[in-house]
Amino acid sequence: MGRVLMKGTEAIAEAAIQAGCKYFFGYPITPQNEIPEYMSAHLPEVGGVYVQAESEVASINMVLGGGATGYRVMTSSSSPGISLMSEGISYIAGCEIPAVIVNVMRAGPGLGGILPGQADYLQATKGGGNGDYNLIVLAPSTLQECVDLTQLAFDLAQKYRNPVMVAADGFMGQMMEAVEIKPSPTKDQPADPSWALGFMGERGGKRSHLHSLFLTPEPLEEHNRKLQKKFGEMKKAEQRCESYLMDDAELLIAAYGTTARISRSAVNNLRAEGHKVGMIRPITLWPYPYETFKTIPSAVKHILVSEMNAGQMVDDVKVATGCRYPVSFYGRTGGFAPSVGEIENECRRILGL
Amino acid sequence: MAKKGRIEVFEQFCKSCGLCVAACPVKVLRISEKTNAKGYRPVEQYKEGCIGCGMCAMTCPDAAIEVFKIED
Amino acid sequence: MNEVKVYERPKSWMPNVSSHYCPGCGHGIAHRLVCEAIDELGIQNDTIGIAPVGCAAMIYDYMDTDYCEAPHGRAPAVATGLKTVRPDKIIYTYQGDGDLASIGMAEIVHAANRGQNITVIFINNAIYGMTGGQMAPTTLVGQRASTCPLGRDVKVNGYPIRVSEMLATLPAPGYITRVTVAQPKYIIKAKQAVKQAFQNQIDGKGFSLVEILSSCPTNWGMRPVEAFDWLINTMIPYYPLGTFKDFD
Repeated sequence: MGRVLMKGTEAIAEAAIQAGCKYFFGYPITPQNEIPEYMSAHLPEVGGVYVQAESEVASINMVLGGGATGYRVMTSSSSPGISLMSEGISYIAGCEIPAVIVNVMRAGPGLGGILPGQADYLQATKGGGNGDYNLIVLAPSTLQECVDLTQLAFDLAQKYRNPVMVAADGFMGQMMEAVEIKPSPTKDQPADPSWALGFMGERGGKRSHLHSLFLTPEPLEEHNRKLQKKFGEMKKAEQRCESYLMDDAELLIAAYGTTARISRSAVNNLRAEGHKVGMIRPITLWPYPYETFKTIPSAVKHILVSEMNAGQMVDDVKVATGCRYPVSFYGRTGGFAPSVGEIENECRRILGL
Repeated sequence: MAKKGRIEVFEQFCKSCGLCVAACPVKVLRISEKTNAKGYRPVEQYKEGCIGCGMCAMTCPDAAIEVFKIED
Repeated sequence: MNEVKVYERPKSWMPNVSSHYCPGCGHGIAHRLVCEAIDELGIQNDTIGIAPVGCAAMIYDYMDTDYCEAPHGRAPAVATGLKTVRPDKIIYTYQGDGDLASIGMAEIVHAANRGQNITVIFINNAIYGMTGGQMAPTTLVGQRASTCPLGRDVKVNGYPIRVSEMLATLPAPGYITRVTVAQPKYIIKAKQAVKQAFQNQIDGKGFSLVEILSSCPTNWGMRPVEAFDWLINTMIPYYPLGTFKDFD
């Protein structure tokens, strides 16, 4: 394909198609409408189907049903719509169905605004739905990462039979960058007849039953143990993080998504002035990259968390570092992103400059 | 030639609801005095005259009745 | 002299399982009709059922086909997902009046409006059974339930919804019919309707919904036979039996 200049939402959609996703169920919401529009135009070209659901509630339930067949299906939405999907996500995790959900995050709470935000961090990582479950949450910081993480999402969803979220903030969704979108090596991965619905004949008349309901406590506890074991495997194997100029840093910025891009510029500017600033950039918001946080040098004197929200990742940074470092926060809400200058000024203030 | 039939009751599934007793057009069914493992009194055919119409089986919510037609 | 078995337990009915339904509950009869249709049409291996939330939440314990759970009311959306990816399979939902006509009203209207090629079995017993007898969207005016102990009052609770008639007004083609399992003469017609609703899907015709008027003896406070008599005398006049829409 080569490199093409594309908008983030469209790149995500094309990446999904190149990952073998042929079924999209969704509902329009700003700022991700290009995804359903792209899917409605291009899925029929690959023998796929675009279904416009009547709501996000219906969308996630169509994903539940579609994913139960073992084939690659997805939906996309933005923050208020993701709230509506919380119930479905919990059921999908409880029933152990693979699913990919894209959240092009906008400012909240409630209807909020249509400009970008990162204020769904807690909802995504600490569970918007009920019960003990976890969602793998991937936070891209460039459009190429949007492409690569979208394709990875399908692999992880099928590997673990779990929902996976691509949490791309609104800037990621709406900006344009050059990307290369290649067909994923797992594009034609077939459904697994050992558990998927619709293969009763292939299983010699043995039926499959996907459910999260267990009315007696013993089987429900056993089911939860099984799920927790799976989440434990994800925690071991799927942490992803980037550390940037961390080795000799005295001040570390912890940021993800678009805020990480902005922070990188601030780091570069401050380094050019001789200040020892670095960045740690979680790529998986869940499982949180504790392993990389353990490698933070002891010379670090302060960690500044920066997000487009009111400080949702601060606690995770404190936990990940065992509260060994002072942790502070600088962020913006309302649809603003902290500017390079603002982050630089905050760093100067912390460094006592 | 009069129609003849008989029923077989899966007593372990019967819940004594009485729908079959009411549905039987020749009134040969009644709730018995026996109890099953769940404490329900299963239905029984207590006199001759079953015509094998199947109405009892048709109305049974527990599929607890199988019906046979006896042909000479 | 030889014997011919004229009625046997359906093949797709789970053997050796006693259902949790109350004695005389219409669910058992409806389940049986679905199993009989699946057996007679030879589609057991190709059928995927979607379980509701309600008394029939454990329907999969009683029917031997592939099964998927759905959140309360969402079964038609889950069915849409399944049918979109596996149009070669027979997808059906089985829903009560809370599941379909209350929380799930959007999902059923839109699945019907899309003319989704699925089969919906809608059990209307004018009350919420599983949760202990609360008022349903289909509870009759003046009928008592645990959340309208003085009887349904239209000023506060609105009127009972006639789902079949309402869905029949949608322009998409479909088969929408109302039957009951109150007595054998009605059960025969109900069986035909259920089988037709599955046959329509096999033939790729579009959306089929069979509304089955059923009883809830426990929460109506009546014995099983008395409950079905009440249904015939009181529910059928408000919810008339018949076919409101059919394919040409």
